[in-house]
Amino acid sequence: MMSVTHFLAVLRARNREFLRDRSSWAWNIIFPLLLIGGLAVMFGNDNRTMFKVGVYPDAQGADQFLQTRHIKFVDSTELQAAITRVERHQLDLLLDRQQKRYWVNDTSPNGYLVERILAGSSAPDIERQQVSGRQVRYVDWVVPGILGLNMMFSCLFGVGYVIVRYRKSGVLKRLKATPLAALEFLAAQVVSRLWLVMAITLSVFFVTHWILDFTMHGSYFTLILVLTLGAIALINMGLLVAARTASEELAGGLLNLFTWPMMIMSGVWFSLEGAHPLVQMASKALPLTHVVEGARSIMIDGATILDVGWNIVYLVIFAIGCVLLGAKLFRWE
Amino acid sequence: MLEADNLVKHFTEKKNADRQGSGKGRGTQPGLVKAVDGVSLSIASGTCFGLLGPNGAGKTTTVEMLEGIVQPTSGSVRYRGKPLGADFRQKAGIMFQNTALQDFMTVREALQMFGSFYSNTVPAEQLIEQCALSEFLDRDTGKLSGGQKQRLLLAVALVNDPEVIFLDEPTTGLDPQARRNFWSLVNDIKASGKTVVLTTHYMEEAALLCDELVFVDHGKVIAAGKPRDLLSDSFDDVLLELPAEAITSDLPAQPFHSATLHGQTVEISTRDINASIQYLLEHNVSLSGMQVRSRSLEDLFIELTGKDLRS
Ligand SMILES: Nc1ncnc2c1ncn2[C@@H]1O[C@H](COP(=O)(O)OP(=O)(O)O)[C@@H](O)[C@H]1O
Ligand SMILES: [Mg+2]
Repeated sequence: MMSVTHFLAVLRARNREFLRDRSSWAWNIIFPLLLIGGLAVMFGNDNRTMFKVGVYPDAQGADQFLQTRHIKFVDSTELQAAITRVERHQLDLLLDRQQKRYWVNDTSPNGYLVERILAGSSAPDIERQQVSGRQVRYVDWVVPGILGLNMMFSCLFGVGYVIVRYRKSGVLKRLKATPLAALEFLAAQVVSRLWLVMAITLSVFFVTHWILDFTMHGSYFTLILVLTLGAIALINMGLLVAARTASEELAGGLLNLFTWPMMIMSGVWFSLEGAHPLVQMASKALPLTHVVEGARSIMIDGATILDVGWNIVYLVIFAIGCVLLGAKLFRWE
Repeated sequence: MLEADNLVKHFTEKKNADRQGSGKGRGTQPGLVKAVDGVSLSIASGTCFGLLGPNGAGKTTTVEMLEGIVQPTSGSVRYRGKPLGADFRQKAGIMFQNTALQDFMTVREALQMFGSFYSNTVPAEQLIEQCALSEFLDRDTGKLSGGQKQRLLLAVALVNDPEVIFLDEPTTGLDPQARRNFWSLVNDIKASGKTVVLTTHYMEEAALLCDELVFVDHGKVIAAGKPRDLLSDSFDDVLLELPAEAITSDLPAQPFHSATLHGQTVEISTRDINASIQYLLEHNVSLSGMQVRSRSLEDLFIELTGKDLRS
């Protein structure tokens, strides 16, 4: 039987410990804000000097339009993917030479200009298709990654490292000598970190959303669901690391062993679409990949709960697996 | 009330042997430390029971088996005739040799948190008063002096109004004043009728507080009994201490028993103090600087183990 009183007493102690520790504030809140702000400044203004037009199926031809100077023509072999690029302002215009159609984004000034050039240089029977959609800047793309990354550090170190430190300093031994059950203690650690990390992640999300006005096409409910499941999965992973480890050095090493691959291979900074298949497979095993992938497709593509179903399923399985194993292996000493 | 029967605890030696003590090479197999090697005890209700011994003797391991924190390799512990169960946690108060509390927690909050783990608790005000915590109630537990920290840990051990309280070297590292202070707290606890189990390597502390003692060394009990009985069973002499230069000729075997030189002082053992002093006066030995003392637990310990207390 779990005692709510015991659980709440430990929860309160852990919350206080976090809230009173200035350095944890710095790491958990100021760091991601600075990072996102810095990236926005660095990549915010996309000063492209050339216009970019996609041509389907390829840009080889003698048409007058294709000879226009200061426009870069790229081959677009996949029509649907190219249309999405127009929606995101990654292409200023898309020309389908087979069916005599073109797509242009009604919110893009560059698109408007290129459309004028096209009108002046080719046959009038070409059919106009309009798409709309905001430009996806790098910062829009990278924000879900940074939120996930911050969450990963906070969960793994805030649970894994802290429990190992407790064990080493004798805090756990002192608690073991009371009627407090291991389950009550562990549940308090998980819940404390979960609400803290969610409060921080959502604050950072809304503050940066307000300042940078990045894309959010999906539902907040689905986004929060994916982020919460991700946090639980990562916290449970921290529990597993800390289940028996008694030395802070070993715990630090193990945590780095997990965080480094996730930092690089979870698609936080750049897309892994073109990466080696083995890297892609390894990436799918990492929980952070599913958090970032899920959050990103909800925010940028407006993915629904069904679209991110596999991400959700993976995170749930991962979380359950870690907590069962962690609880089985746990030792106070 | 609390009985231990033939407790044995073996540890596998850690590779980075940072806590070897005298346990090194004590095992029968290499890499195995026999921390406790067949200890039997019987602790009566309401007494203060002392475990004495040098560092590494096995005191901590023994009390932690009594507390139910460490599982014995073999042997058993019974409380009121029953093996230690989950309800023993409610009845025992424990002060470990080394403990930390969570960070960023004040003294008051620590008392509240530990209080909420137990079904039966002492009101916080009573603990605060009893252990003199009021001056630093709102201070972070990490910022206490040695004596303040020990008083807090004692209060934490008392929070559930325990029947039996375990104190593992509670005054090690404290200054003399803080130590005396702590002794008076332990005396109050004894007076309230609780059973106290105390480990120490200070013989003075044991002499002052304990009703019943065991000497432990190399994981074994080497002597047990009441302090007075232990002393009277082992010694029937008194010690006379004189400056070395006062003794110019050899002393006869009667009434003197033995004489040993310790630095600048001669320590003379005798069974007949009157005759001894008479002899010294008759032989014009200057008695200025003379001290007479009876045997202490420290003498007994050296007698038993043939060595000084290792510290
Ligand atoms: N967890 C452990 N692992 C290995 N050896 C240990 C452990 N705990 C104690 N020992 C060894 O057991 C012996 C007794 O230790 P301990 O009970 O702490 O002695 P004391 O409290 O009398 O100083 C020592 O040699 C110590 O090194
Ligand atoms: Mg000890």
